[in-house]
Amino acid sequence: MRFEEPAISAQGLVKSFGDVRALDGVDLEAAPGTVLGVLGPNGAGKTTSVRVLTTLLEPDGGQARVAGLDVVKDAPRLRSRIGLAGQYAAVDENLTGIENLTMVGRLYGNKRAVAKRRAAELLERFSLSDAGSRPAKTYSGGMRRRLDLAAALVASPPVLFLDEPTTGLDPRSRIELWTAIEELVGEGTTVLLTTQYLEEADRLADRIAVIDHGHVIAEGTADELKARVGGLRVEVTLTHGAAAFAAMTALESMSDEPVRVDGPLVSVQVDERAGAIMEAARRLSQAGVGAEDIAVRRPTLDDVFLSLTGHATVEDQDVPELVEVAA
Amino acid sequence: MINDTLTLAERALVRLPRNPDMLLAFTVQPIMFVLLFAFVFGGAIETPGYGDYIDFLIPGMIVQQICFGGFATALGLAEDMTKGLIDRFRSLPTARASVLAGRTLADVATNLLSVAILLATGLVIGFRFDAGVPEILAGLGLLLLFGYAFSWIFALIGMSVSSPEAANGVGFTLIFPITFISSAFVPVASMPAGLEQVAEANPVSVVVDAIRALWLGGEMGNSLWLSVVWCFVLIAVFAPLAVRKYRMSASA
Ligand SMILES: Nc1ncnc2c1ncn2[C@@H]1O[C@H](COP(=O)(O)OP(=O)(O)O)[C@@H](O)[C@H]1O
Ligand SMILES: [Mg+2]
Repeated sequence: MRFEEPAISAQGLVKSFGDVRALDGVDLEAAPGTVLGVLGPNGAGKTTSVRVLTTLLEPDGGQARVAGLDVVKDAPRLRSRIGLAGQYAAVDENLTGIENLTMVGRLYGNKRAVAKRRAAELLERFSLSDAGSRPAKTYSGGMRRRLDLAAALVASPPVLFLDEPTTGLDPRSRIELWTAIEELVGEGTTVLLTTQYLEEADRLADRIAVIDHGHVIAEGTADELKARVGGLRVEVTLTHGAAAFAAMTALESMSDEPVRVDGPLVSVQVDERAGAIMEAARRLSQAGVGAEDIAVRRPTLDDVFLSLTGHATVEDQDVPELVEVAA
Repeated sequence: MINDTLTLAERALVRLPRNPDMLLAFTVQPIMFVLLFAFVFGGAIETPGYGDYIDFLIPGMIVQQICFGGFATALGLAEDMTKGLIDRFRSLPTARASVLAGRTLADVATNLLSVAILLATGLVIGFRFDAGVPEILAGLGLLLLFGYAFSWIFALIGMSVSSPEAANGVGFTLIFPITFISSAFVPVASMPAGLEQVAEANPVSVVVDAIRALWLGGEMGNSLWLSVVWCFVLIAVFAPLAVRKYRMSASA
């Protein structure tokens, strides 16, 4: 097997802002042509990591290499090998789509004609050709995001950084953006993508690094992580909280994992979506337990955090204590 | 560096007319000010040594407008900071100083437009040069240089505040007194002692006096070379401060 240098590698990155230790020894690695998902709640250090890796911020400690170059020592050369789409769509709202992309192309050092041609190509690719001559302030959120992504791709960079690319988008725009990212990866681009959504990391990322308080607390494929979290759950909202014990007894043999009870919410892990709701409903009605609602829920970032750290993503005091009841 | 600066200056100029507030600030507003001052205050202000108040006023008004010309830089930079565009520019292989240099260069072009509009308005209501073409052009050059120097003050403001609104507030509270406590609209001799000395030392007065001397043939004294020195001092102080702030905000 040929040894290949990772497209992105970081060891022990540290960065403080005053008293806040935003990065407290972050290690990351992505092989060329793969997607690394950096998953974490607000304030975990995702944006700070991206800013260090894209040369915007010098780390206080640790080191990182991207596309074979050191992010501090080789910063000027590295900038022509990376693309960045930040957490907020960084487009000039008073410029049209084509003007935005042409400007970026010229800042990469291209001649005006070359920059314009590339701009037109990218607009076409992101279905923005029709809107290309309108000021970006007339664009929808999804269109802005696509324009922002296009701007990050002007120089066809081998390594791309996307900071929460779909936060705030409607479901349709989110799926459009996912498809666009998948196409890029298909062409061999290495992508580091931060997100607060497990579902997004699951769909796009080859490997996922879970980050909290400036630390990577878990790393692995989506399957590995989900195995630790525990897959799909059937969640029942009881009509009367008092029936929790009866519900627990009725549901416990559906899974090897313990049933969780949290007030009127009772949940149990299942392997498959199909039939799970019917099965739970049948068991509950046999036991004479009334349910307001029964649903299958995918594991969320909260579940990941709960199982990895024992605390939820938000401040602990805001979250009702979740009781695990052993069968 | 030069190409990046030109690209970013072009961007600043292309977007300007699409922002109605800004467009008004550079076109209609100065005309309104000239007319208000000329016809509301004009009759009440004595300007010994000048043909009439309009001759006295136009150079002052142009210098005042020039002092505000850099507002586009402060607002634009503050907006770019909040919208993440500064991060985008920094992530590109773009010369770092070009973001500020592009903005301030664009101001030179908008200042030229403002001067043209104000001069045209002045000529319509009776302003007359008493000077040859070289003096007129020298005055124009001085105005643009002074405006460029002020743009760096605005660049520092834009990099120091957290939002375009704040840039607006800080800019106005700082620049308004500087332009008013000067010889721009009234002879400084008419001000109370103390204020008069401040107004006399004010670089705005120095430049206004130089423009009046160049365009209306008055007494030049030291004002021309002092003006040029002021411009270079302002640039030498504020350009490095603004660039430093830009660098620092990269690591903040
Ligand atoms: N420029 C800054 N100044 C001060 N604190 C900051 C700055 N940037 C980030 N932080 C702090 O660092 C921590 C990590 O922030 P960030 O990397 O933006 O997290 P995320 O992107 O995961 O939400 C947070 O506590 C945040 O408040
Ligand atoms: Mg963030």
